[in-house]
Amino acid sequence: MSTTTKPVNQKAWFLILPMLLCVAFSAVLPLMVVVNYSVQDIISPERRVFVGTEWFAAIMRDEELHGALLRQITYSFAVLAVELPLGILLALSMPAKGWKSSAALVIVSLSLLIPWNVVGTIWQIFGRTDIGLMGAALQGMGIEYSYTGNALHAWLTVLLMDVWHWTPLVALLGYAGLRSIPDAYYQAASIDGASKLDVFWYVQLPKMRGVLMIAVLLRFMDSFMIYTEPFVLTGGGPGNSTTFLSQFLTQKAVGQFDLGPAAAFSLIYFLIILLMCFVLYNWMQRVGTQAKEAGHE
Amino acid sequence: MARIELDLAHAYRPKPQQDSDYALLPLKMTFEDGGAYALLGPSGCGKTTLLNIMSGLVTPSQGGVKFDGQDVTQRTPQQRNIAQVFQFPVIYDTMTVAENLAFPLRNRKMPAAQIKQRVGAIADMLELGDQLNQRAANLAADAKQKISLGRGLVRPDVSAVLFDEPLTVIDPHLKWQLRRKLKQIHHELKLTLIYVTHDQVEALTFADQVVVMTRGRAVQVGSATDLFERPRHTFVGHFIGSPGMNFLAGRSDGAVFETVGASLPLAAGLALPSGNYKLGVRPEYLTLAPANVPGALAMEVRQVQDVGTHVILSAVREGALLKARLAPDSTQLKVGDTAWLQVMGAHTCFYKDDEIVA
Repeated sequence: MSTTTKPVNQKAWFLILPMLLCVAFSAVLPLMVVVNYSVQDIISPERRVFVGTEWFAAIMRDEELHGALLRQITYSFAVLAVELPLGILLALSMPAKGWKSSAALVIVSLSLLIPWNVVGTIWQIFGRTDIGLMGAALQGMGIEYSYTGNALHAWLTVLLMDVWHWTPLVALLGYAGLRSIPDAYYQAASIDGASKLDVFWYVQLPKMRGVLMIAVLLRFMDSFMIYTEPFVLTGGGPGNSTTFLSQFLTQKAVGQFDLGPAAAFSLIYFLIILLMCFVLYNWMQRVGTQAKEAGHE
Repeated sequence: MARIELDLAHAYRPKPQQDSDYALLPLKMTFEDGGAYALLGPSGCGKTTLLNIMSGLVTPSQGGVKFDGQDVTQRTPQQRNIAQVFQFPVIYDTMTVAENLAFPLRNRKMPAAQIKQRVGAIADMLELGDQLNQRAANLAADAKQKISLGRGLVRPDVSAVLFDEPLTVIDPHLKWQLRRKLKQIHHELKLTLIYVTHDQVEALTFADQVVVMTRGRAVQVGSATDLFERPRHTFVGHFIGSPGMNFLAGRSDGAVFETVGASLPLAAGLALPSGNYKLGVRPEYLTLAPANVPGALAMEVRQVQDVGTHVILSAVREGALLKARLAPDSTQLKVGDTAWLQVMGAHTCFYKDDEIVA
């Protein structure tokens, strides 16, 4: 077998040419434009100076960026920590069949259909202490609630808004995972004398693993790039307490028109997301598959 | 361990009007303690429904189930203390093989030392001993199914172990081994085993008593020999045996059976009142006869199939087809020849409305 050589035909490379072109125009070229900006100081449309890695070095040392990055990471993990358990709980409590399940699906997914800036506006009004239901209610309970004045309140409101907007996505994915478990698993568990908690822990959760992994990645990436909702609701304030990475970037690129540093930061931003997803994905791949070997004996 | 008595009917739809609305037509049946039973029938005949009713996963719409004389119709599988193995392997992905096997025992608060000993014994029986500390999720389908079987057998005090076509996913050569294992386990543990299958070989080799089912009805309960020699229903004749029983429709006048343009004298002791009947004879009991012997039919040979251990001769007469299983080299007959086949004999059965009468 090993002595026979395979026929070589390099023409096959032409077959991937269309794909290469598509990817080039959709991803590689725009990215290269950003790379191009990130190594130049553009003083005016006619005058530009090559600065090498200067912008990267500067942006990495930027205190404001450190603050925004820290806020962003805290926020994204808070989103995951709340939305994941809540979504699973919601999925578990949704009816499995009949018209009730259809109704539940529609009701649960309603918030997913609302555009981002509308969500921001809804919460802006919802949180107002004069006419907003939540703001007025909190005020009535004696809490000095103000998402424009109090940094903690602003941060919590942005978090709550995301939970309201996106937990249904986790719930829908979890629901799909639950429905794909064959009845035999529940029957076997019942025959084996498993409690409800056992069924969740040993049947439902392991079987939902795949979809939950997708949910974690989607929610992480999305919340890491969150822009419109906090922008509409708080505008990044008070101070910079709700200024997350993408808003920081926009301020740089559009507000101050610092294209060089903004481009350098875009690339770093992209790499951070890539790295985080890579780490998260690999960690989730491993969790639950090897933990047991270590635990046994 | 328990003696299981059934007296029930089941329909999945709320108000059954006719026979076809029933998944199980009214039936009465007893499974003795410690017996090995098989429920045999084609897909959709109601055997899985019957099994699920026994285990308590399905509540019958009429009648009830008794374990040792006690009514358990409304009890859960757990309360009935039933073990059940399903068609496809059901394992707990995050557990090791040993933890999987121990799970039903742990849930019943058995002491750890006893669990360990029991799990070890079952794992040895199923040859899973060296995989005990592996994660169950990474094993091949047949090993997973062995775990499922093991979880079914691990509890020593079960009322009965029910198998729902458990060997479907297993390779043929392993099937033999596992079936022998199950039989051996039955002898060692003396558990009541009930085994659902659509494979007659599986049913006949595994069980002492086989329940043959078709369209929601249990048409015969009997040993392999009973089912083979005296099928109570034409369906059993068709379904058991390869090829199945031959049938000839005809008329009796009390002394002679007239079929396919010939008159066959009935045996002296055979009381067959006048009327229409079906004659049934197994291919194994059809023999070649000299010309014009009483009880033999002249048939035109259509096909001679040599399958190695024997020859299957197919012959027709007036549209009726008979298949005979003959010893190899016993015949030089060729297609188109006339063969005389001895139809009347000790093993010939007569059916009226598909039920045996003689």
